[in-house]
Amino acid sequence: MLDKALTGSKRYWTWIFILLAVIGMAVLTYLKQFNEGLGITGLSRDVSWGLYIGQFTFLVGVAASAVMLVIPYYLHDFKKFGKIVILGEFLAISAVIMCVLFIFVDMGQPMRITNVMLYPTLNSVMFWDSVVLVGYLMLNLVIGWTTLGAERKGVKPPDWVKPLIYLSIPWAVSIHTVTAFLYAGIPGRHFWLTAVMAPRFLASAFAGGPSLLILLALLVRKFTKFDPGAEPIQALAKIVTYAMFANVFLLGMEFFTAFYSNIPGHMHPFHYLYAGMEGHNKLVPLMWVSSIFAVASLVLLVFPSLRKNEKILAVACVMLFTSLWIDKGFGLVIGGFVPNMFEGITEYWPTLPEAIITLGVWAIGILVLTVLYKVAVSVREETA
Amino acid sequence: MSINRRQFLKLVGASTVAGIGGTAVFNGLRNNGLEAAQTSPDPRSLKGTGTVTRWGFVVDMSKLNPEDYQKCIDACHSIHNVPDMSGLPEEVRKRQEVKWIWKDNFERTFPTAPEDVYQNIELKEKNFFLFCNHCAKPACVRVCPTKATFKRNDGVVMQDMHRCIGCRFCMAACPFGARSFNWRDPRGKDDKGQPFIKPEKENKEYPTRMIGVVEKCTLCTERLAVGKIPACAEVSNGAIVFGDLEDPNSEVRKIIASKYTIRRKPELGTQPSIYYVIGGGEHAG
Repeated sequence: MLDKALTGSKRYWTWIFILLAVIGMAVLTYLKQFNEGLGITGLSRDVSWGLYIGQFTFLVGVAASAVMLVIPYYLHDFKKFGKIVILGEFLAISAVIMCVLFIFVDMGQPMRITNVMLYPTLNSVMFWDSVVLVGYLMLNLVIGWTTLGAERKGVKPPDWVKPLIYLSIPWAVSIHTVTAFLYAGIPGRHFWLTAVMAPRFLASAFAGGPSLLILLALLVRKFTKFDPGAEPIQALAKIVTYAMFANVFLLGMEFFTAFYSNIPGHMHPFHYLYAGMEGHNKLVPLMWVSSIFAVASLVLLVFPSLRKNEKILAVACVMLFTSLWIDKGFGLVIGGFVPNMFEGITEYWPTLPEAIITLGVWAIGILVLTVLYKVAVSVREETA
Repeated sequence: MSINRRQFLKLVGASTVAGIGGTAVFNGLRNNGLEAAQTSPDPRSLKGTGTVTRWGFVVDMSKLNPEDYQKCIDACHSIHNVPDMSGLPEEVRKRQEVKWIWKDNFERTFPTAPEDVYQNIELKEKNFFLFCNHCAKPACVRVCPTKATFKRNDGVVMQDMHRCIGCRFCMAACPFGARSFNWRDPRGKDDKGQPFIKPEKENKEYPTRMIGVVEKCTLCTERLAVGKIPACAEVSNGAIVFGDLEDPNSEVRKIIASKYTIRRKPELGTQPSIYYVIGGGEHAG
């Protein structure tokens, strides 16, 4: 089926080459980082993880969100998702590939990455995270490719795929739960030491991922002959709305616990992120953009009359996605490191090379997504 | 028991498979494969008296003259080839420096200690040595995905620089900021072309590290192995006392038993092996 990705319009190829150019630039920048070390990033001994790990965390959520299509379609026989469930599975594949790459570019000794498998360490959450992520990638590759192949031939998918599909449901939950455990099991980082970390990760994932999927479905409709349909998009919009309310609710819980208990260590990261501390306030504007976008998107989503207008829905989805991207892809990681272990403040801001490498990983993900969607759409156009 | 040729071959085949695959699996499950560091005991090496050894420090800063601080730091950093980053711009150095032992005030050493604005000013302004706490339940060891950081039988939390993948999970996990990452090549040069480790000062007896790995205080395992106490303790005029915390007759235990000592962030349950004598030695006894 991959041959479908090798024939396309001029616009398709222009897009591919733009992505390749970005990737090329990022590869060169990465070589610089490889040679000179992670010192070319904004990271420090106090803020030892930053944009890379933040993006990894955020994208695990995007990957897990495919389950929001799989559950209604396969468990509740919600037929309307039949047309777009493949878009969700392929989005998951591209997201997991980006996750793996973000981990890779964050390593100090990337050539030793196989040590994680050579010396399996059962007490390390990072070992389990790599196991569940690779497993999830495999599941979605097999499921997506087999079901699409069957559709192309006009036959039912083989029976052996069904158990894999059912397995992918708890597996999706596991990837984001285990990723939350990377943070929530660490002593001494108050911002992360919270039992609602995993639930909040799942809520924000089930809001952010499907909101991206709505935008992708609208793009697919605009640029190809394949129409995912208005109804599945509206159904997704409802999922996004509920999940985002759950996410904002859980964030509210964090604020309450920190400020009503009045424990300094618990309040400090929130102070730093939303108000600044001792004159350090690099993240404050971003966190407020995130908060305002979260509320604004909810206002647009909660009223059915607004939500049903796809233009308004698109605006709401862009705001919601941006809000979560800031909150989880950036603020979450930095808030764990500031203030540092000595209650001092070292700020973090990504450097230009760091931003280019990050952009490059996204470009690889978008390239994979473009190719996979091209295949899916071509099959649909063929069988339609 | 007599067996024929065919049975014999089957038995041999089965035991070979079980032997090769089976041992690997069982070793993996029982987790008793090769440790990252295998040491052959030297007869001179320091040993605890009991069956269990737990090396640790008691730090009494009142015993140290202000001009001696740097002596302890230099003793450690010079023999361990810790890169000297003083040639970097101050802001960069602070963010990227490697340090195994350093000093800081009470507030930053014990950020969760019950101090307040009315506290004794002398204590507040006093400097304390900070190093790896060699915790009994180290969070860094728990999170390391490759066992590159591990706990030795004598209580030392150790690092294998050749196995470390540089994921920095241990840096996120350590509540004491004890871990340094090699953001730059420690064998390289700073922006002005000055080497971080001066060739004439390099200790050829101790390995330099490479870019992209995490390092920290090792409690001078290389010195313990030949019967010497850690370098900082040796030059500290008695401010840093080294000994076996499991041995009730050791000097460290005697001080802990007789004076008021505190540890950094004990509430986190990592059980640091570094104790600090608080309140100016004599009248606290």
